[in-house]
Amino acid sequence: MALTLDDVQRIAHLARIEIDARAAAAAHAKLTTIFALINELQAIDTQGIVPMSHAQDVALPLRDDAVTEDDRHAEFQKLAPAVEDDLYLVPRVIE
Amino acid sequence: MEAPQDTVAGLARALHERRISSVEATRDALARIAQAQPRLNAFITVDEDGALTAAHAADAAIARGEAGALTGVPIAHKDVLMTAGLRTTCGSRMLEGFTAPYDANVVEGLKRAGTVLVGKTNMDEFAMGSSNETSYFGPVRNPWDTRYVPGGSSGGSAAAVAARLVPAATGTDTGGSIRQPAALSGICGLKPTYGRCSRYGLIAFASSLDTPGPFGRTAEDCALLLNAMAGHDPRDATSLDRPVEDYAQRLREPPGAKPLDGVRVGLPREYFGEGIAADVAAAVADAVGTLRALGATTVDITLPAVKHSVPVYYVIAPAEASSNLSRFDGVRYGHRATDYTDLMDMYKKSRAEGFGAEVKRRILVGTYVLSHGYYDAYYLKAQQVRRLIADDFQRAFARCDVMVGPTAPTAAFELGSMSEDPVQMYLNDIFTIAGNLTGTPGISIPCGFTRAGLPIGLQLQANHFDEARLLEIAHRFQQVTDFHARSPGASA
Repeated sequence: MALTLDDVQRIAHLARIEIDARAAAAAHAKLTTIFALINELQAIDTQGIVPMSHAQDVALPLRDDAVTEDDRHAEFQKLAPAVEDDLYLVPRVIE
Repeated sequence: MEAPQDTVAGLARALHERRISSVEATRDALARIAQAQPRLNAFITVDEDGALTAAHAADAAIARGEAGALTGVPIAHKDVLMTAGLRTTCGSRMLEGFTAPYDANVVEGLKRAGTVLVGKTNMDEFAMGSSNETSYFGPVRNPWDTRYVPGGSSGGSAAAVAARLVPAATGTDTGGSIRQPAALSGICGLKPTYGRCSRYGLIAFASSLDTPGPFGRTAEDCALLLNAMAGHDPRDATSLDRPVEDYAQRLREPPGAKPLDGVRVGLPREYFGEGIAADVAAAVADAVGTLRALGATTVDITLPAVKHSVPVYYVIAPAEASSNLSRFDGVRYGHRATDYTDLMDMYKKSRAEGFGAEVKRRILVGTYVLSHGYYDAYYLKAQQVRRLIADDFQRAFARCDVMVGPTAPTAAFELGSMSEDPVQMYLNDIFTIAGNLTGTPGISIPCGFTRAGLPIGLQLQANHFDEARLLEIAHRFQQVTDFHARSPGASA
């Protein structure tokens, strides 16, 4: 499962990270060594092993379906790069 | 000879007995930080006004007879932990101008216990690194020799405690980020059981692994901090509802002739094999001898799947990181590029500019292993091998109470020596990562020095929720050794 330069461009797009040809080539070289390490896993026999998704096998708790948070939108929106009329501003997406 | 206020326990006692005020101790810490900053770069933000206000309040509380165990003690928080009203950057350009709107749970706990926050410590960007070289705010340097790294990702906290700038600090450990810098900087660092300390307000890297914990010069100091950090928090769904002990209680009991009588110490064959520097191996062997002299018995054990822990980690941690870091989109908070053509271009440029090279690399790895057609081969496979590693640990803990070995295969390495080879850097965490995958606690304590005078760390690991035992064994070791009491200035 060798990683190609096209793969790097594709995953950078999926990850929403701009990458030019030179940066993609540099990333490709380093990612290739990382995947050589990761690919060691393919040789391990894991037939019938239940995947472990968490550090401890405990059921996640449910909480009451009740409002517990105060309205702090003004405070939180102060952190945003651009806000108008309580709305986050982004470039126009619908013409 | 160290001043008693160099430790949390000593300083708390001096404060309680009114031999020193919190304002004096805090001014002293601020002065040391200012003096060391050009040399070590251990801090990203120093909050002088906030610290002195908190110190005055602590002195008033002490005067009223309302002091707790940590009232008036100056500490620092790793900059991955949210601190209300104070800049919280995560070592990244992405959050360079971000002021946290609330406190992390462990920050709240330590505030409630009376600690005085002096500032936020430098770290690898988004806690991704083992050398503190990936910080947007520049590398931290090792106080024992500034040509060397302090370890990472909590390198600023480790360097600050090692250089006696503050008696204690917090860190977070996702693959070794508390224990490895503790080892490389010659102090104690505890990674608690996953679920023991809440992750609320910890800026997420890999949610199934991230664990907040304390740094101190002694095991006793780590216990005092853990007392204020541990506990159930309903705001973190993975926080576990288990009773909190007084982790310092057993440490107060007189040691007796053989304080570790009945303790079974496991020696994993894999921790004593190839790839370990000779002076590290020798110091760890001496430490095992000390544990035996204190009454412990040793048991040879084996952890055959642990050799896979680095590749497992470099699938699971980037996968979780790629998901967690998708929140940085330049819309709600964080860096936004100034020039862009449309929404997609804004996302891509904001993230390209806001994240550094190592963070981008891990996001790309994570995106790939979770992408269509590769999920089973990588992510599911890694989760299965994670189970094999956890099974190894449970088999081992049926035969021993703690496992010991080196925290890292080598002492500190020189700045720049590994930054071009990510895999070589990743392998520095070979002994710590399994503790994150299994969720079990571990502590690193000083156990010797290399010929060049760099500190060496001993890792002790225990089963889930057995922090009290780890801290007691570490404390008994420190009662008969003085590696933890040496300071960088004295070795020069």
